[in-house]
Amino acid sequence: MKADPKMVLTGVHFLDGDQACCEGAIAAGANFVAGYPITPSTEIVERYASRAPKVGGVFLQMEDELASSIAIQGAVWGGAKAFTVTSGPGFSLMMEHIGFAAMTETPCVFVDVQRGGPSTGLPTLPGQADVMQARWGSHGDYEIIALCPNSPQECFDLMIDAFNLSEQYRVPVMFMMDECVGHMTEKVVIPPADAIDVFPRRYTSLPPEEYFPYRPGPDGIPEMVKAGDGYHFHITGLTHDEQGYPAMTWQEQEKLVRRLVEKIRLNGERLERNETHGLEDAEIVIVAYGISSRVALHAVQMAREQGLKVGFLRPLMLWPFPEKTVRELAHRVKAFVVVEMNYGQIVYEVERCAAGEARTVLVPHGGGTVHDPQEILKAICEVAQ
Amino acid sequence: MNEAITPEAPPAVARSRKLRGIVYIDWDLCKGCGFCVDFCPTKVLALSEEFNAHGYHPPYLLPERTCTGCDLCGLYCPDFAIFSVRVPIETEPSEGGSSES
Amino acid sequence: MSTSSTSALPTNPVIPILRTERMPHIWCPGCGIGTTVNCFARALVESKLPLDKVAVVSGIGCTGRVAGYVKLDSFHTTHGRAIPFATGLKLANPDLTVVVYSGDGDLIAIGGNHFIHAARRNADLKIICVNNFIYGMTGGQVAPTTPVGALATTSPYGSYERPFNLPYLAESSGAVYVARWTAFHVRHITRSMVKAFSKKGFAFIEIIAPCPTLYQRRNRLGTGLEAMQFYKQKSVIKNGASTKDVEISFQGEIVVGEFVNIERPTLRQAMDLQLQRTLASRSATRK
Repeated sequence: MKADPKMVLTGVHFLDGDQACCEGAIAAGANFVAGYPITPSTEIVERYASRAPKVGGVFLQMEDELASSIAIQGAVWGGAKAFTVTSGPGFSLMMEHIGFAAMTETPCVFVDVQRGGPSTGLPTLPGQADVMQARWGSHGDYEIIALCPNSPQECFDLMIDAFNLSEQYRVPVMFMMDECVGHMTEKVVIPPADAIDVFPRRYTSLPPEEYFPYRPGPDGIPEMVKAGDGYHFHITGLTHDEQGYPAMTWQEQEKLVRRLVEKIRLNGERLERNETHGLEDAEIVIVAYGISSRVALHAVQMAREQGLKVGFLRPLMLWPFPEKTVRELAHRVKAFVVVEMNYGQIVYEVERCAAGEARTVLVPHGGGTVHDPQEILKAICEVAQ
Repeated sequence: MNEAITPEAPPAVARSRKLRGIVYIDWDLCKGCGFCVDFCPTKVLALSEEFNAHGYHPPYLLPERTCTGCDLCGLYCPDFAIFSVRVPIETEPSEGGSSES
Repeated sequence: MSTSSTSALPTNPVIPILRTERMPHIWCPGCGIGTTVNCFARALVESKLPLDKVAVVSGIGCTGRVAGYVKLDSFHTTHGRAIPFATGLKLANPDLTVVVYSGDGDLIAIGGNHFIHAARRNADLKIICVNNFIYGMTGGQVAPTTPVGALATTSPYGSYERPFNLPYLAESSGAVYVARWTAFHVRHITRSMVKAFSKKGFAFIEIIAPCPTLYQRRNRLGTGLEAMQFYKQKSVIKNGASTKDVEISFQGEIVVGEFVNIERPTLRQAMDLQLQRTLASRSATRK
């Protein structure tokens, strides 16, 4: 299915990441947004509030992030395509409902424009310290997909992917921007609508008497319905059986949770999405994402100029983590140098997948500004010795 | 012995000059709360001495009492275990009187 | 199991909207929630709403379980957040009649913020709040509706916090229909529900109902039936009463009735009107 031309702002634009993210969502067909203002994400909803009437969407500023994160799910079950937007403190508030979306398999997108933390932190300055939270923030066992753009163009492109993945896997998708990417203004090319693929919602074609809300298809994912179509279905956040009814036994728990986890985990390899440079002969691989990746790439170029065999791995999809790529690299490279704007989050995933076969070094940063490329270069040189 | 409505037992039929009602009782759904007994305007119900499968005393229709089919028992029952319907009387002129509170 | 499902016999009026395969339900003997569901079923029949277009959204708690027992599009959401979920649902699909069916703890404590904002916005939702003065599902803790002096597990020496007067809270937040009944007032509840279904905007019905196992028992107030008898004796119908004056004290008089029934634009109507106005005037000024 292609994008709706009425919703695509085709053309060459000069937009910041927040604005591009909003346009990406609209191009993907997002017609319901509930949000709460929080720096540095507010511009996304401000733009949506302005664009909504022109693209047939509805925007509602809710009273808090708790309301926003569940209002979008109500809208989804009413047939809308929805997303919400926040930053660190609001992301924390949304955790319960991210879990609810995972449990009820509600397709929706949560945008986190990361800022300095913890707590109120640095509202107007970047951070990348919510990455683990995106994966593990809600209680219980579940898996999500998380995408991480490093430019306004990617904020547009990857938002469309985020919606498509959420529909395909019936899973909430975390869109992990950061304040730098959100507030940097660059050229953004928005293609014509017929060049944009939109994954349609997996509505069932079964009649009500044959439909089971949580009976998985061959790919482990059930078909969806919406309220008002005569299915008289029930959904609950309690552990449930295929009919959606509460079924609080360990057997149903095992069945359900295993499926929720495996529908993503077993597709990890297929889902992987990375930008790579110079991996063929690399002895040291820089791993970086988001804004840090742009600084890291510069350090990689400087290192190459000095004759060091340095490669670059940038996951565009942070979760599920690109285990296969890292494991394979670990067989042949000496070390990974992980550059992230936090005190160690993705580095643990790299270390886990390296399984001791390659050294893993962290170049941390408390946030508030980007790394100094010299710092990264220094770490590379130290590892090279 | 009870006069509850089960698929096997015949319905309890109340006899009345003007109105007749039939009470249907789901014996095993009842939790013996007593709402129906207390709020029946014509006091046709009482809790039986017998137990149901869950250990509660469901109601039964008292003999010689007049159920009017007002269905207040049904409205009150929190367990959806009882309801009544009005039965048209062929031999006597039916009046649309209401016994509802 | 249910006799009323055999074809030869008439069926209980509640059956068409009941998930009979899930009976018996988990509510205690003498609990008033089931009684309110009977009223709900009859109100749906009377209002002639197409059942395909009625959605029920609940939160967490004993009353929250209603969603799982009604054979409608139903959503058992998170604690306190039924109202924002319902707001999104209704905005996405305006053809639906969206009923929020939940308890006092869920709607007014953790859900309090959402409650007042939805009322302020006049979101087109029908709120059925079963108020048993306690947190039932979790074992009987104090609630923001628990009368002063009543015992609960987290107020073992008696509650000392002034409780919310729910009709007053609803009215002052902007609800366009406000009524309170007790579970004894079955016919009034049904009538209010019918009115609420056709009312445009935030309609709020508080139903005082017994919690025999916890509130009644801990406060030595007897069985569910005794609570119902108490409601019958101690309630007084005052339609149109000022909501300021309908506070409930421990075992005191309960003022019931329809208190508020006004008109004002719903959230959607206000939104559309404002957008139309502004967009029209802007395109006019551009010409």
